[in-house]
Amino acid sequence: MSVATTTHPGGHEAHHPSGLLRWIQTTNHKDIAVMYLTFAVIMLLIAGAMILVVRAELFQPGLQIVQPEFFNQLITLHGLIMVFGFAMPAATGLANYMLPLMIGAPDMALPRLNNWGFWILPPAAVMLVLPFFLGLGGVGAGGIDTGWTIYAPLSMQSGWGMDFAIFSVHMLGVSSILASINVIVTVLNMRAPGMTFWKMPLFAHGFLYTAIILITIMPVLAGGVTMLLLDRHFGTNFYNAAGGGDPVLWQHIFWFMGHPEVYVLLLPIAGLVPHILSAFTRKPTYGYKAQVYSMWGIMFLSVIVWAHHMFTSGMSVGGQLYFMYSTMAISLPLAVLFFCWIATIWRGSLTFETPMLFAIGFIVLFGWGGLTGLVLADAAADPQYHNAYFLVAHFHYALYPTTVFGAMAGIYYWLPKWTGHMLDERLGQWHFWVALIGFNVTFIPQFLLGLAGMPRRIPDYPLMFADWNMVSTVGAFVLGASHLIFVWNVIKCVRGGKKAEARAWEGAEGLEWTVPSPAPYHTFETQPAVK
Amino acid sequence: MNASDSTLEIAAESGAGPADSLEQRNRRLMWRLVTLAVLCAGFGFALVPLYDVICRVTGLNGRTNAMAVAAPSNTQVDTTRWVKVEFLSHSMPGVAIQFAPQEFSIDVRPGALAQINYVATNTSDRVFIGRAIPSVTPAVAAPHFKKIECFCFNEQTFQPGETRVMPVVFTVDPDMARELGTVTLSYAFFEAPKAAPKDLM
Amino acid sequence: MRGVRGELVLGAALALASATATAKPFWAFPDPVTPIARETLHVHNLFMAVIVTLFFAVLAIMLYSFWKHRKSQGHQAATFTQPNSRKQWAWVLAPFAGLLILDYGVFGVPAYHAVLSYEDTQNNAELVVKVTGSQWLWQYEYPKEGIKFASHLTTPRDQIDNKAPKGENYLLEVDNPLVLPVGKKVRVITTSNDVIHSWWVPAFGVKRDAVPGFLREFWVKVEQPGTYRGQCSELCGKEHGFMPVVVNVVSQAEYTAWVTKQKEAVAKDKELSIAVLSLDDLKARGEKIYATNCTACHQATGMGVPNVFPSLVGSKVITGPVEEHIKVVLNGRPNTPMAAWSKQLSDADIAAVVTYERNSWGNKTGDAVQAAAVGKLRGDSR
Repeated sequence: MSVATTTHPGGHEAHHPSGLLRWIQTTNHKDIAVMYLTFAVIMLLIAGAMILVVRAELFQPGLQIVQPEFFNQLITLHGLIMVFGFAMPAATGLANYMLPLMIGAPDMALPRLNNWGFWILPPAAVMLVLPFFLGLGGVGAGGIDTGWTIYAPLSMQSGWGMDFAIFSVHMLGVSSILASINVIVTVLNMRAPGMTFWKMPLFAHGFLYTAIILITIMPVLAGGVTMLLLDRHFGTNFYNAAGGGDPVLWQHIFWFMGHPEVYVLLLPIAGLVPHILSAFTRKPTYGYKAQVYSMWGIMFLSVIVWAHHMFTSGMSVGGQLYFMYSTMAISLPLAVLFFCWIATIWRGSLTFETPMLFAIGFIVLFGWGGLTGLVLADAAADPQYHNAYFLVAHFHYALYPTTVFGAMAGIYYWLPKWTGHMLDERLGQWHFWVALIGFNVTFIPQFLLGLAGMPRRIPDYPLMFADWNMVSTVGAFVLGASHLIFVWNVIKCVRGGKKAEARAWEGAEGLEWTVPSPAPYHTFETQPAVK
Repeated sequence: MNASDSTLEIAAESGAGPADSLEQRNRRLMWRLVTLAVLCAGFGFALVPLYDVICRVTGLNGRTNAMAVAAPSNTQVDTTRWVKVEFLSHSMPGVAIQFAPQEFSIDVRPGALAQINYVATNTSDRVFIGRAIPSVTPAVAAPHFKKIECFCFNEQTFQPGETRVMPVVFTVDPDMARELGTVTLSYAFFEAPKAAPKDLM
Repeated sequence: MRGVRGELVLGAALALASATATAKPFWAFPDPVTPIARETLHVHNLFMAVIVTLFFAVLAIMLYSFWKHRKSQGHQAATFTQPNSRKQWAWVLAPFAGLLILDYGVFGVPAYHAVLSYEDTQNNAELVVKVTGSQWLWQYEYPKEGIKFASHLTTPRDQIDNKAPKGENYLLEVDNPLVLPVGKKVRVITTSNDVIHSWWVPAFGVKRDAVPGFLREFWVKVEQPGTYRGQCSELCGKEHGFMPVVVNVVSQAEYTAWVTKQKEAVAKDKELSIAVLSLDDLKARGEKIYATNCTACHQATGMGVPNVFPSLVGSKVITGPVEEHIKVVLNGRPNTPMAAWSKQLSDADIAAVVTYERNSWGNKTGDAVQAAAVGKLRGDSR
């Protein structure tokens, strides 16, 4: 990789190992970021392939390709791998590479912790999917199959794929917590002199609050799955009515983690997008302070609204009203963010290179995701949407544009800095338009399916749902293909391309654009003074 | 040469901070954050008793008192209205108990003591040990439904073929909302789990 | 400018919403047949009209900017980063005031009323029905009338496996639907025998989880006779997609007649539980029960699916002691998909299906299992 081939300035006795050992031992934030990003893209492709099998089965009514028990494993792993294997590691990769560069620090605050945080991930991923592949080969009962929400008491019935998944979740949680600690310490303690809290880049703000939320919620999930493990094998009854427990307790614990989790997926991108908008509109960010305050608002609100995922579980009137109104409140800080993004664009001097396309795609599509969230917040109508395809479409409009378009926007934006080459713009445009079309063709029909009454997590369906399912499947394969364009574009850019300037994009601002492209292995060993 | 060396150099070069080096400050913050993570894990486990308390206070999930409460001595009986109390029974799969209330519903005055009998028969040829888990709906009525005597407070042991009449003595609080006209009490009969059930209240 | 546009847009949206309350836009739910369904459809249409309008209005602003403010057309970038005058502050804050009113007024007030009516606890209903979710069927009980029956999917496996053309109500047909009288307020209580299921009929506008060990309740008052269909809405294992809800709503007279017939059937079942039947009778009855309940896993050939569902042809359980065979059917096998059929099948049914299995596909035990034998073994745990 070109990022690694710079020479070391004299005076350091540097003798980095090469080959596999280098990657295992590295404490360099750029190396670790590359590993996070590579891991994330591999996970994206695996989970994507899984859901294409699902969509292929749903192409027509009847069971053609897979049996229901296998189908349940596919949808579960798709969700878990996308959230924990792709989205969070991709954002962590971006943060690892760019936070030190953006705040003028030589590396992350805790480089060895950084290494551990990454290396927990590959074993965790193996633990998660191993039972699935073994099951495919006829060994064992298969992977976890309860949906990513792992509701009790269904979770009690799963085979040892569930136990592996529990251990995997523990490991993924520890990795997130370690990375979050690193981010918080770095952002708070390692900024270049002169870069006050209110001057630091919005990406740093976004990731700081992401990290704070993660430290709060991941341990709670760990507690919850530990209790599940105890119920499964050690005779406890946390989730079992027979012993004085309650299955709904699991739902509370899970969603106490699960809802803030979606803001964990959002905030890094919300912090990243203003940078891209500013660069391609050649205009300073609008409403910096307002955006920071909004992020605070989102952070606080995110932990007090969880039971809007549980409206049909049998909640009192008071509970439904509270969770409905508090959930609606989140629309306010989100609206502030949208306003500021659009105001940044307004009356700029706009060009539409690939990073800008993906940033705009995120704003438009995530906007629709957020608006449909408002609809779901209505506790009385929610039963008509809950656990049906309207919900599936809503959260894909919320999550895919954010975690995938957002991450790709960041990757495309910073690829010149990492590789020293400009990417192939034509390929980038192709990627964007194929993805945009594929995504909408996949998910707009799913809104209609939900409204017509199709539940989720079913491998076969009544005939009235056939047409839209067919359309959705076609869209899914188009969307899937777009990811291959992305991978090809990245590889092509790594290997060569037009030479990139230090300031690779004309309007880009920030400390990261003051170092050469590609960025040297060690940067900012002397911290710059910021005015 | 690693990054933490260079950060120390920076701290020295720029004459940073009074007593603490950057590395010390980083470590201190790191341990504070680890403590925070551990506290949050503790919170996760604390959610178990917390949830029970909230359920008990709000009646969420239809939970009623799991231990006997004394018969209220000085409660006024509300003679201005009747509350219909319905009774359901549910034997979970694999449970050999045939189990039903003697009546489907009775009308009670809030504040007055009432009694209903459930009849249970062990239809198998072995000893059965089980526990009846009560649930009241609507959930908002649950905190107002007080059981003075109930077979659900303890494990029940049945000899093979044994039939038993199991009374429930209860009262409905007069301060239950007026518009609640019907309350349903159900028992789900489970086989006693191998571990001792958690008496959380 | 955004503020005024916002108000115009809102006005258009409200007009659109009131129009759509009567029309059927593409975003609507199925036709409502209960008061709750009507109310939530109204709220839903309002929300959808507003957000669709909002979305396209903001998108229009963005597209305008993409076109007008392009660098390639020579547009110079402005430098503003915040509102700079009181007038600008007013334009900036107006959309947020608008959003607050939208959330808590336009949306919040109708939603409040809808929630209260959904959770109406003035629950003096004219009929109480208990719905129990099981893996993978629904059981309906009318406690006051003493009626109880199970409702299974009746779509043949052949259709699911694409070996036969699919019927009109593919995956939405059952042997014993829930029957309700039209126009009467019905209180529905849900619970479960095993894992969390969820009962949903879109036309009724109600969905409620069925939680094992606990009760939940809701009410319906169906205003039009007809057959209404829905599906289980909480992942409950491998046949989650195969346990539909079918409700027949009929006139009061038809309902009363149906109740009478059901009560007779209950009495007949009681007789059967002590009757002694011939081997052939048992096998005939057992074949039907097997087809409805067992072919999903063990297949019509009895051969199961290798490594997944055991074969019943010449297996140890089928050819071994009768009592052990009955126990497996009664109690299932924990932590496998083999359910405990004790809840769903009567003694007579289990006796019949066990007899059928022991005497089919080359199994020749000659055993005729009677209902009384099954009754004795109920509840034995393995």
